[in-house]
Amino acid sequence: MTRFLDVRDLSVDFHTVTGTVHAVRNVSFYLDRGETLAILGESGSGKSVSSSAIMDLIDMPPGKITSGEIWFDGQDLLRMPASARREINGRRIAMIFQDPLSHLNPVYSVGWQIEEALTAHGADRATAKAEALRLVRRVGIPDPETSLQKYPHEFSGGQRQRLMIAMALALRPDLLIADEPTTALDVTVQAEVLALLKELQLETGMGVLIITHDLGVVAEIADRVAVMNGGAVVETGATHEVYRNPQHPYTARLIAAAPGKGEMHPEQPRREPVLSVRKVRKQFGQFTAVEDVSFDLMEGETLAIVGESGSGKSTVAKMLLRLEEPSGGQALWKGRDLFAMPPAELFKLRRDLQMVFQDPTQSLNPRMTVWQLITEAWVIHPEILPRDRWKARVAELLLQVGLKPEMASRYPHQFSGGQRQRIAIARALALEPKLIICDEAVSALDVSVQAQVIALLDDLRKRLGISYVFIAHDLPVVRDFADQVMVMQKGRVVELGPVAQVFDAPRAAYTQRLLAAGLDPDPDVQAERRKARLALA
Amino acid sequence: MHRFIRQRAIASLISLMLLVVAVFFLSRLTGDPAALYLPVEASEEMRQQFREVHGLNDPVLVQFGRYVSDLAQLNFGDSIRKARPAFEIVIEAFWWTLQLALITMALVTAAAIVLGSLAAFRAGGLFDRLATVSSLIGASAPDFWVAIVAIVVFSVGLGWVPTSGTGTLAHWILPIAVLFIRPFGLIVQVVRGAMITALSSAYVKTARAKGVKSQAIIFVHALRNAMLPVITVIGDQAAALLNGAVVIETIFGFPGVGKLMIDSILQRDFNVVLAAIMVTAMAIFLMNLLIDLAYSLLDPRIRH
Repeated sequence: MTRFLDVRDLSVDFHTVTGTVHAVRNVSFYLDRGETLAILGESGSGKSVSSSAIMDLIDMPPGKITSGEIWFDGQDLLRMPASARREINGRRIAMIFQDPLSHLNPVYSVGWQIEEALTAHGADRATAKAEALRLVRRVGIPDPETSLQKYPHEFSGGQRQRLMIAMALALRPDLLIADEPTTALDVTVQAEVLALLKELQLETGMGVLIITHDLGVVAEIADRVAVMNGGAVVETGATHEVYRNPQHPYTARLIAAAPGKGEMHPEQPRREPVLSVRKVRKQFGQFTAVEDVSFDLMEGETLAIVGESGSGKSTVAKMLLRLEEPSGGQALWKGRDLFAMPPAELFKLRRDLQMVFQDPTQSLNPRMTVWQLITEAWVIHPEILPRDRWKARVAELLLQVGLKPEMASRYPHQFSGGQRQRIAIARALALEPKLIICDEAVSALDVSVQAQVIALLDDLRKRLGISYVFIAHDLPVVRDFADQVMVMQKGRVVELGPVAQVFDAPRAAYTQRLLAAGLDPDPDVQAERRKARLALA
Repeated sequence: MHRFIRQRAIASLISLMLLVVAVFFLSRLTGDPAALYLPVEASEEMRQQFREVHGLNDPVLVQFGRYVSDLAQLNFGDSIRKARPAFEIVIEAFWWTLQLALITMALVTAAAIVLGSLAAFRAGGLFDRLATVSSLIGASAPDFWVAIVAIVVFSVGLGWVPTSGTGTLAHWILPIAVLFIRPFGLIVQVVRGAMITALSSAYVKTARAKGVKSQAIIFVHALRNAMLPVITVIGDQAAALLNGAVVIETIFGFPGVGKLMIDSILQRDFNVVLAAIMVTAMAIFLMNLLIDLAYSLLDPRIRH
């Protein structure tokens, strides 16, 4: 039988200076009307390239489609002239992307951009204007008339994705391709956007092809899933079936690596804290970013601070290191107030307190070798280690984070994202810190890599007695790693307690909402959660 | 917006005043005008009288005080050389320069945007390579040499256009053509670079997914974003032309403000030099203001 969308034997190469990359190799999948297919894969798996091929969005050169057919509603797209494909784009197949801020043109109003989706296919301005208003209202943007005059930067991340959806659905396409549509969004917003997509799909009967790295998104929205690895589809089947009964070892590994399934840390008896934070406050002009935050952290303990964007969790971390000056409160490190400390003393203390950032690509100087990155700490704090022992210690640190000593002469760009985060951790360890503050340190990593980095941090905690302040928006990761969890909302602490209590018996309504909005990789659990969420709403 | 303009005006006024002070005293170091304007055999008495008439006898600070108080009444003093108000002379010359600069920059901008955009659209292609090579040659050609060669070839050799001076439309062709080359080469490169960035941006991908036509993607989506860095360079180049294209004006005998300034400096005609500097400084200030306004018109993120 003929499928609505049928990708057959698709291969895409990229010719680069360093050689030819086979980004997509003999990929086949199909999608029927009204159905949702998820393409699941980690970075570099070829999932985005496959979908870009459907919309003729691959830059050629350097890209080249070397084999395959893309049948859409009875026609092979790859044999059509460019002008005919342009006609199909937007009208019959539409696409939404990750990071709607960069995918909307910053210099035109959102109204103009939505109207353009219509006028590009022949609608007149007046019709387009009326239709844009209807669409913006439909996707739930407050105050639609004035919103149309506004520019992308004036909206929140979730609203921008809603606007992208409005734009994509302007001409009621038969197929919507959604490339990581909720990856940059907060959990509660993610749930809302996915729910909106589902609703609109029921309204219009369109097929949805969703590209994601997140098993939770697959469980929430997809009927079927195609798992991609290294440019090839390794497994495809009904979502439920693939999750319960993975046939390919890669799928099994991916499912096993999904966080949030392990034993939670047992509650520890309270001892003398190493860090005692009291009534910390941060004011940016009139705006209160953090208010009345207090917690205790013991040696070898992990406190996770969770919250959505704008909750003030990163500001707390920056204040602890005085990267941001606090407006009030105390932070007692072994009995001495970090906030009242003169700079010279703080400088000495810096080696005890280290930070690992979200994006290792940005936090590692690209012009320094791994050796220079790690030994810089000892150049600044020469009392830690005499120069003749540097070599042995660098080798030891690299082994500790699971890298090889001979990698010391390489530059950051020669490593993968996960390896780079290991380098950042090795750099932090060089100072023999007592406390490491991780600001979304594993958020940018692929699931399998994420699991490895978390295991590394946990191992260091056990062996060296390091304490962590672990800032994250990803609840399953927190569940696996934290001893205590502090939930923040709008600069305030709404809940603080041992991990098992917060996850199994959350007290605050906000924590309950947060947990209900989180996506579980298990389609059955996710179905339950969807019900619970609807009940809460 | 009004506050922004006011702040800019105040900042510019301060730098203008510092400029007046610096130029006033530095120009007095160049020597005595009496030695230049009077014949060699003129008596000391005549020289003394000349200085008296032009107020050059007083201590420099007194001269400066008088100059500033005149300036406050918008009196720029008279030219020694032409015995006419300096301001009038400068405005006449500046009008020539302004026309030359505006016409040249308008042509440069239009041509550079089209050529740079097309080069960026198929970056690495044959057209791009031709555009890159020719614009690099343009950007690095010494204009005095081009001017002289152009005169030799087109005026002396072929006789198509006059060698120098003003009067007919034909007189404008060579100066504009020569002035065109360098900013054009530079701006093509900037447009090309900015357009390559803009065309590879995420919002262009969105536009392609919407089915927007190629021309609209280049000239509507990408160009408006790419114009921001381009405008900065256009402003820079236009400022250089407003200052008077000294060499070109001199070679072509074009009566612009650049030529006027050089002549006045050589003749120690202090009032004219000062007036010329102030008029061009004001013009550059106004143009920078226009650039800033253009910026905020193009990019809503700056407006807020």
